[in-house]
Amino acid sequence: MSNARPEPPEEPPAGAAPRRLTLNMGPQHPSTHGVLRLVLDLDGETVVRAEPEIGFLHTGIEKEFEQKLYQQGVTLTDRVDYLAPLSNNLCYCLAVEKLLGLEIPPLARWMRVMLTELTRLNSHLVWLGTHALDVGAMSVFLYCFREREDILRIFEMFSGQRMMTSYFRIGGLALAPPRGWHHPVRRFIEAFPSRVDEYEELLTRNPIWLRRTRGVGRVPLADLLDLGVTGPMLRAAGLAWDIRKAEPYSGYEQFQFEIPTRTESDVYARYQVRLEEMRQSARIVRQALEGMPSGRHVADAPHVVLPDREKMKTQMEALIYHFKIVTEGFRVPPGEVYQAIESPRGELAYYIVSDGSAKPWRVYMRTPSFGNLQCLPRMIEGGLIADVVAGMGSLDFVLGDVDR
Amino acid sequence: MLPPPLQAIPLLAELERREPAALLEGKLDRGELTLVIEPGKILEVCRHLKQEGGFRRLSSITAVDWHPAAPRFEVVYHLHNLEANQRLRLKCRLEEGAELDSVTPVWRGADWYEREVWDLFGIRFRNHPNLRRLLLPEDWSDHPLRKDFPVHGRRYDYGEEGAP
Repeated sequence: MSNARPEPPEEPPAGAAPRRLTLNMGPQHPSTHGVLRLVLDLDGETVVRAEPEIGFLHTGIEKEFEQKLYQQGVTLTDRVDYLAPLSNNLCYCLAVEKLLGLEIPPLARWMRVMLTELTRLNSHLVWLGTHALDVGAMSVFLYCFREREDILRIFEMFSGQRMMTSYFRIGGLALAPPRGWHHPVRRFIEAFPSRVDEYEELLTRNPIWLRRTRGVGRVPLADLLDLGVTGPMLRAAGLAWDIRKAEPYSGYEQFQFEIPTRTESDVYARYQVRLEEMRQSARIVRQALEGMPSGRHVADAPHVVLPDREKMKTQMEALIYHFKIVTEGFRVPPGEVYQAIESPRGELAYYIVSDGSAKPWRVYMRTPSFGNLQCLPRMIEGGLIADVVAGMGSLDFVLGDVDR
Repeated sequence: MLPPPLQAIPLLAELERREPAALLEGKLDRGELTLVIEPGKILEVCRHLKQEGGFRRLSSITAVDWHPAAPRFEVVYHLHNLEANQRLRLKCRLEEGAELDSVTPVWRGADWYEREVWDLFGIRFRNHPNLRRLLLPEDWSDHPLRKDFPVHGRRYDYGEEGAP
């Protein structure tokens, strides 16, 4: 046995091309939040080329839609972006309702707004916790998940489910809001702004956090637009564009809130924008809570909305409608719609083509994570490998949302 | 030719004047504007719409399979003008096997959308910088969002290895 050290590799002659190292990151890597493979070409510690490879979570949901009745499709939408299931429920329902020309009663619209904003909080909390964890701040994660648990309990109270809620249905809500729903929502929303202060105390002026995020992952606004990025990423680059304001849906025009923007377009600016969005969402939830209209939770459309259980036992028509909807669904007039909403990650849109039958001919999901992930090479190429994780965290993508 | 109500929209009138052969149809349905474009002209139309029409954003590209109807495919582009807050849908009708010009020179973001359409529908885009499969494995041979592809998939041939 010899203890001789191995010969050092020969130095390349001066003037030769620098030695490159190809590093495979993922598909199982904790910071990719799902299964994303990243092929990095490195020159020392500098990323020369980055290529994301996606598709590991492709489940063929768009194909699945074509086999299901319209109302069955709602359960599929939960499973696309599993951190914002209610945003997906909402977008799908709005699209089908637009095709049907359904008018939704005020209670259902406001309830949708309130729960979608709670979803935004839920999603931003998971983002903040995991992003901070990736960059090395462990405790923020624990605080964020403490609040997230409260939100999931609220979802469970409304729908019976913590994550895959399917609470919004075509024509309104799945169930009437439970008795006493105000109390947990009020308790949560009273406490929440001070919780955001807590996160800010941990991070906003934390020198390590600042060193890891400021000036990192900078992308100019023109490039972001060209690459199809939407949502908080654009707002952190100075574009005050929010679909809730630009093309209000589900009654958002009745709520007061601001669009936070920054101009630095770095990881820190995106952090600031999302934190401010949390405060604005809390404002919207509070307005919805205080001004919640009364009335029915579903539209007056017996051919689309399932009847009450009570009516089914006493009225013949209700029983027939129930049987028809469950067995053969309802027909949707032919046509096509493209319904966009502001999901926590950006522009979420459903493109639904109907051929007049009870099953959609085609459902396409324009998911925000897919568009946003395309700018990852532009963001990390030329930077250090240590900043890759910070940059990825600031994109806030969900791989289920990318691969569908 | 466009129906008269659409000719009143300056953007479309200008487009029809510039590219008279490109505009095949137009309709305004449920508040959404749709234009059917001659497939050979899609790149010019997109370039014009971005530079003159202010459609700086490409929201998405996807396709619809109308099998067994002919022409079989529709490639659908959703554009967005941020300043005017206006959305526009472009469509190209294609036969099976026909190709379409890539719009990546106009919006770099079209890259993945076109790869996805190739992957799931088997529609090729000319001059695309990197037209490989995006979601499915490289050695996959089918295009699963076509209507003649069964939902359960086809039997997988394990070849020499035998079934696991």
